[in-house]
Amino acid sequence: MKNSIAERVYDFLKNYPPFNILKADDLLEISKQVSIIYLEKGDTLFKKGDAFNEYFYMVRNGAITSFHTNNNNVQEIVNISDAGDIFGVRPLIAKEDYKLTATANEESIVYGIPIDTFQKVTNDNPSVYKFLITAFATNAYDPYTAEETGKIFADYLPSTSQDIVSFQTANYSKNPITCSFKSSLKDAAIKMSTHKIGCIVVVDDDIKPVGIITNSDIKNKIATGLFPIETPVTNIMSSPVFTNKKDLTVADGQLQMIKHNIGHLCITKDGTVNSKLVGVLTHHDVLVTLGNNPSVILKEIKRAKRTKKLRTARLKANTLLKSYLEQNIPISHIVKIISQINDAVTVRAIEIALKKMPSPPPVAFTWMSIGSQGRKEQLLFTDQDNAIVFEDVENDKYEETQAYFLELAKLVTKSLNKIGFEYCEAHMMASNVAWCQSITKWKLQFENWILNPDEKAILLSSIFFDYSAVYGESKLIDELSDSIYESLSKTSLFFKFLGRDALKNPPPLGFFKQFLVEENGEQKDLFNIKSKAMMPLIDAGRLLTLSKNIKGINSTYERFEKLAELDPNNKELYQSCSYAFKALLKFKTKQGLLHNNSGKFIKLETLNKEEKLKLKRCFKPIQEIQESLKIRFDLKNFV
Amino acid sequence: MNFDCLFKKKQVFPDFWNEYLELFKQKQSKDTPIANTRFIAFDTETTGFDKKEDRILSIGAVSFIGKTIQVNHSLELYLEQDVFKPETVKIHGLMKTGSQEKISELEAIKVFLDYIKNDVLIAHHANFDRCMVNEMLLRHGLGKLKNKFIDTGVLYKKSIHLIYREKDKHYSLDDLAKELNVPTVDRHTATGDALITALIFLKIVSRLDKRKHLNWGYLLQK
Repeated sequence: MKNSIAERVYDFLKNYPPFNILKADDLLEISKQVSIIYLEKGDTLFKKGDAFNEYFYMVRNGAITSFHTNNNNVQEIVNISDAGDIFGVRPLIAKEDYKLTATANEESIVYGIPIDTFQKVTNDNPSVYKFLITAFATNAYDPYTAEETGKIFADYLPSTSQDIVSFQTANYSKNPITCSFKSSLKDAAIKMSTHKIGCIVVVDDDIKPVGIITNSDIKNKIATGLFPIETPVTNIMSSPVFTNKKDLTVADGQLQMIKHNIGHLCITKDGTVNSKLVGVLTHHDVLVTLGNNPSVILKEIKRAKRTKKLRTARLKANTLLKSYLEQNIPISHIVKIISQINDAVTVRAIEIALKKMPSPPPVAFTWMSIGSQGRKEQLLFTDQDNAIVFEDVENDKYEETQAYFLELAKLVTKSLNKIGFEYCEAHMMASNVAWCQSITKWKLQFENWILNPDEKAILLSSIFFDYSAVYGESKLIDELSDSIYESLSKTSLFFKFLGRDALKNPPPLGFFKQFLVEENGEQKDLFNIKSKAMMPLIDAGRLLTLSKNIKGINSTYERFEKLAELDPNNKELYQSCSYAFKALLKFKTKQGLLHNNSGKFIKLETLNKEEKLKLKRCFKPIQEIQESLKIRFDLKNFV
Repeated sequence: MNFDCLFKKKQVFPDFWNEYLELFKQKQSKDTPIANTRFIAFDTETTGFDKKEDRILSIGAVSFIGKTIQVNHSLELYLEQDVFKPETVKIHGLMKTGSQEKISELEAIKVFLDYIKNDVLIAHHANFDRCMVNEMLLRHGLGKLKNKFIDTGVLYKKSIHLIYREKDKHYSLDDLAKELNVPTVDRHTATGDALITALIFLKIVSRLDKRKHLNWGYLLQK
């Protein structure tokens, strides 16, 4: 019987090794037995420790990540297979359990090739097996061979997240402050104090390091009267200095400092004292790097040249987030840091994308974050919501200009997706023609929403009114805000619609003070903390700030704080809303980290009594703020 | 008076049809997880769009459980037909005396029913394919298909976010393949289109799943 699909599978397989060396008939035989597997992003094909399948695999579309999970549950990516790459070949070589986990990096279609048929057909064809063994060796993770030869793997595979940091190249200070070996200690000290530094390197005429003077040298040798202040630096300096090459890792640097009991390492061109000084690595630099410190992450983001680097940096922020939550650092502080990191990642992604574009932007533009990102309340990876506003252009140039920004947005959203921010399922992204517009069109768009509120307009408003500028001309955004407030002053109907929307989710407690849980679907009996508890506060916060002409404050808790300041009569209510929101956000984030998801749905039985009470306490302000909205915007009969 | 015509309605069906009907007597449970259900995506190539006049030239189908489509479990039938319309050859490429091994309509019905059993059928613009198959069954004195149907065209529209949903928009198989990034090799062969339809279905389902909309009611309701 004819099998057209098998023929298509054949047409694909024949282009890639090892299938390209098989005879046509043999390959068709294999093609007939292939399984076509559809995987969505994050789907796992096989897990480490799973018994081997009857198949090995070739990627048809998309990409599959193979990773190793170590004893500390840290994932290390071993390989990413693209279209035409084979993976999961272990059962073909050795009939044993999988040592790696294979997960779809993006939406993928994979061909499962039955080992049985394959072996029958290839019949120990030596060139086929040579290829397979090589493929196996490069894709496999085997700690023993890794340690013994070290050469099979170009990259060392670090074993813990701490190690990942330790094995990155140390961030030493470049262009260190130096003084000549001929200068006096006084001159050196003046230099140190003008540059606000704690140590100075003494160099010879060829800028080779000969010694180092630190604050403690001055304290111990000058202040104690051992040497006069005009003494040559050579009398005071510690010499010789310890030197190293540029590619020094953090771990190495730390090790040398401990070994020689020193606080500074000189970095020279060839790593010896006989070459030019290029930098200094201080003990503080090492600590900062190891400490997974936000400023280091930000620095790393700003220096990143590729999306991959951005991804690692953003992942580190997640570790940071976890430790902050454990240390009970105030959530408002955490939110600020993480949103700063998120913004920096976006800015850098835009900068990288701009470099890829064939020409600079035709006119000024602003990249806006909208929705939860615009409110700067994104702690975990969530969907990306963004938009572009660009300066007005002549009518005949409009399409061309828009096309440029759409192309740019496509690049940016793609790399954001790679970094870990999912595409917005409703396409609220700058790469969508509707959300990449000139300033005039945006003004009209907002005016239209405000003056003609309907269901769609309100739905969109709840996302787009929480915009904040991330990159580019902030004056465009200011202009937009002014225009929005002008439109708002023309109507009160819009506020009523927003008000009605804010009331659509009543406080999430049922008749007998039970939690209201989802009634159907797969989320049955789960509590949706976002829509049931956070959205009412977010909606109320937005409505009240808009109605009070408050500009430039986007985050919900800050909005309520501002409202408390402006309206002392309701100060307590607003403050309690702000507090409740922060508590809910923390709750959601903790749940999300625990279950590695958005944290939106909470299984009530997993909460202990105290946590349930805490949650319930957050609902009281929701009820109160909704009552106050009803009166304020006269919604009693409107609802 | 001739009572024969009254009794004729209770005609004797061939065994394979009775076996097919028998399958539907078991109550199908809606509690079966969607991931464990066998689905069949199918497509027909026809001589034209008139359900009375035109004939099926080829039926292609793939079956899948979960997200895995087995190539060796696909179905590809070419039918012997007297009706032939040269103008549609350029679409499906099936000539009157093609090289494919052809079977009679009745034979095709037998194989097809045996293949689909009582599982859920998926087709793009399912109504057309359903009509064509039903007409064919009717010509051989059999009843209509009893299987549940899912139309990927309708399902897709439902899966679009409310904001972008356009009520009257018509999505061709090519539109969906482009929208959902499904490779379109083998377009306009019955099996090729069936595979594309299956992949489209899986992609829509995974989208729905992400939004937690996925249940039988959502899939099957019109």
